[in-house]
Amino acid sequence: MELNQIMFFLLAGLILIFSLLTITSRMILRAAIYLLIVLVATSGLYFMLNFEFIAAIQLTLYAGGIVVLIIFSILLTSHISHKFEQPAVANAFAGILTGILGCGVALWSIMKFPFTPTTQPALEVNMKQIGMHLLNTGNYGYALPFEVISVLLLAAMIAAIVIAKKGN
Amino acid sequence: MIQGIPIQCFLIVSTIMFFIGICGFIIRHNLITILMSVELILNSVNINFLVFNKYLFPHQLQGHFFAMIVVAIAASEAAVAIALFINMYRKFNNIEVENINEMKY
Amino acid sequence: MIDYTYTVWIPLIPLFMFLILGLLGMKMKGSLAGIIGSSGLFITTVLSYITAYLYFFKTGEVDGTYQTITAFNTEWLNFTDTLRIHMGVMLDPISVMMLVVVSTVSLMIHIYSLGYMKGEKGFQRFYAFLSFFTFSMLGLVIATNIFQMYIGFELVGISSYILIGFYYEKPPAVAASKKAFIVTRFADLGFLIGILIISFYTKTFDFDKLISSDGSIFSGMNTASFMGVSAITWALLLIFMGCAGKSAMFPFHIWLPDAMEGPTPVSALIHAATMVVAGVYLVARMFIVFHFQVPGALIVVAYIGAFTSLIAAIVACTQFDIKRILAYSTLSQIGYMILALGVSGYGGEEGVGYMASMFHLFTHAMFKALLFLIAGSVIHAVHTNDLREMGNLRKYMPVTFITFVVALLAISGIPPFSGFWSKDEILAAALEHNKLIFYSSVFVAGLTAFYMSRLFFSVFFGKKPHYEHKPQESPLTMTIPLMFLAAVSIFAGFIPFSRFVTTDGKAFETTLNYMIAVPSVLIALIGIGIAYFLYFKESNVPDKISSSLGIFYKTALNKFYFDEMWLFVTKKIIFNLISNPIAWFDRHIVDGAMNGVAWVIEKSSYKIKGLQSGQLQQYAFVFISGSVILVLCFIYWLN
Repeated sequence: MELNQIMFFLLAGLILIFSLLTITSRMILRAAIYLLIVLVATSGLYFMLNFEFIAAIQLTLYAGGIVVLIIFSILLTSHISHKFEQPAVANAFAGILTGILGCGVALWSIMKFPFTPTTQPALEVNMKQIGMHLLNTGNYGYALPFEVISVLLLAAMIAAIVIAKKGN
Repeated sequence: MIQGIPIQCFLIVSTIMFFIGICGFIIRHNLITILMSVELILNSVNINFLVFNKYLFPHQLQGHFFAMIVVAIAASEAAVAIALFINMYRKFNNIEVENINEMKY
Repeated sequence: MIDYTYTVWIPLIPLFMFLILGLLGMKMKGSLAGIIGSSGLFITTVLSYITAYLYFFKTGEVDGTYQTITAFNTEWLNFTDTLRIHMGVMLDPISVMMLVVVSTVSLMIHIYSLGYMKGEKGFQRFYAFLSFFTFSMLGLVIATNIFQMYIGFELVGISSYILIGFYYEKPPAVAASKKAFIVTRFADLGFLIGILIISFYTKTFDFDKLISSDGSIFSGMNTASFMGVSAITWALLLIFMGCAGKSAMFPFHIWLPDAMEGPTPVSALIHAATMVVAGVYLVARMFIVFHFQVPGALIVVAYIGAFTSLIAAIVACTQFDIKRILAYSTLSQIGYMILALGVSGYGGEEGVGYMASMFHLFTHAMFKALLFLIAGSVIHAVHTNDLREMGNLRKYMPVTFITFVVALLAISGIPPFSGFWSKDEILAAALEHNKLIFYSSVFVAGLTAFYMSRLFFSVFFGKKPHYEHKPQESPLTMTIPLMFLAAVSIFAGFIPFSRFVTTDGKAFETTLNYMIAVPSVLIALIGIGIAYFLYFKESNVPDKISSSLGIFYKTALNKFYFDEMWLFVTKKIIFNLISNPIAWFDRHIVDGAMNGVAWVIEKSSYKIKGLQSGQLQQYAFVFISGSVILVLCFIYWLN
């Protein structure tokens, strides 16, 4: 068993167990922490795939930004130590049934599908390549989505401020 | 291409995470936990994109950039959602998902 | 050969007057409307007189027989080869005579109403509908086919409804107009079924073909039968049902006394002289068919006429409202006309009943209209209808008094006034064919004299009651028609009717039969005498007689309870057994089905609206499961 595989199984196990705990935990703050662990493990998975930039973004944005935001909002809006009631049985039943069914279908089709890798030479993924592609306006350039994303972020900022503002 | 790990392993992980997120979305009461389930879903999708990029199309970076964009969008969406939850908390004094049923008959 | 197509204007001029007065009437003053209506009718009357003169004296007679001239015939509705309905003008001895009667009486009523209805609200409406009625009646009289006559029947029914209910704010008037319309409409149902039966077998509506002496077109009808009675008998009896309704014969006579709620000119025009004789006219028109195809129907006709005249005369002796007395008198006299038709034969001397009936129609129209106009004049002066509140009016209203004397003598059958001659002919016809009817008719003649004299003495002689306003003679517009009609009542008896109006168009001579004339005059004088003793001075002999008659008097006073019987039949039998079940069916099953559909939709929508719960997680569940199912479909079904 190679180190790759051991790392993979470790990270995969972390992800699955802690995501299960996230959705079944009865205390919100613990659910947030479990989510944090899931995100960090995912970032580890990205490191394994040699996508360092994305892994760094994942850690920065998700683990460092979104989870912090979630914890702030938990502190603002609910009583942390309260235990909340069991979910409605019908809801749980329906949800689990759908989940299992869908999962079964998806897994079955994944196993059946022949994934054929391409024969072209692999691209070296480093910051220079990423930068060239990100701001490229020609073929395979992502300048337009980049600009659009910046507009979207501006809009989201304004929306968040306006919605959460106090007052009439 | 990672040595020793076939693509299906990664895909199984991401699929199970995706459906765990869906179950969580349907089961949970508190709006913030629903938001956390949504983050799970988005993350699983990200894994999928990056895995396909690495294994099937290593000469391009489309999956990479799409994953980046998904991260940016998830962040902005979480921000707006939290703002909405704050607003709702002011009205109902709790964040249960049953309270936001204004669109019913 | 004279071109008679101008006769189409005779009914059309009143129709135009109706349209003008109906549409523009409210914009003009009342008196102008009256003058327009009367002048239109004056033109119609002049045209009728010209037609009568030309027909009877100049061109109508060919080889001693009066011809049937179709002056104008246009196709109105064309359904199939055999079902066509025409509109036209047919000139025939009886139709020309009716033209004269209708237009003369109508003109007198128009002139009279200028004075009587003066100042009433709705004056223009009154004249518009009088013109409409005149148009309908004239259209009925000159009909070329039986369907046009049916249309005329319906139109006069409508006009009668409108005019009886003229004072529409008075509930009794509204009830009376509804009663008149419903009863005559119900009888017209029989008439329509009779028309349909006859036209089904003979394939024609035209009188030309139906009334030819050759009865070959009826051959199919004698074999077809229903419940043991042949089809032609059913058809003619049903047609007679229509006549009975319109002419107020038993058992449809109940509407005529109540119709006196209308204004007096309306009673004079419609219910004395013109509409009620429409039934008589129809039987006269179809007489050849009655006589040759179903002689048994004529026996029914005669007995119904005789019975009606008898009971109406008995009831008239007990009534106190002067218009009601005149209404029952009308019923009785029309009974005479119908029974005369019933006992008539055909051809020459045999057809004396037919001729007598038409003669009596003519004279009766004149003196009955006169009587009603006099009653209107009296009511106008004294403001009450009740006999017991009047008296000694001869000092105040001399012209009215004299014209009443003329009318009284005419209706009682005293020579040389016109009523004597026509009634005499009826009695002659009855004597030859049916002794029972003859004796009953003589008795009714006596009763007629009695109750008319009772009315006369009570109103114009007798005690002097206290009048609030001193009664005055009516204005000239009201007395001129009275004088004209009185003059006609005096002299009309001398017209040699048998030369003009007979069953087959050929003239015959009639002579005075003293065996009949003397007893009838005697019994009339006896009637007048009894009334003189009882009513000339104030006395309580009448009250003693009525209380000693006890139950008979009470029954006659309540009109033999016919109204109550009809009410019982309609309410208990027809409403309960037929109308109520049908109404229940309509309300619960027909409406219930509709309501049921709506109820089902409402309930199901109530259930479905649970889908829009507003619950976020339910929506997400539906979304995800839907996608999963779609994916499964794509994988397995569509491959």
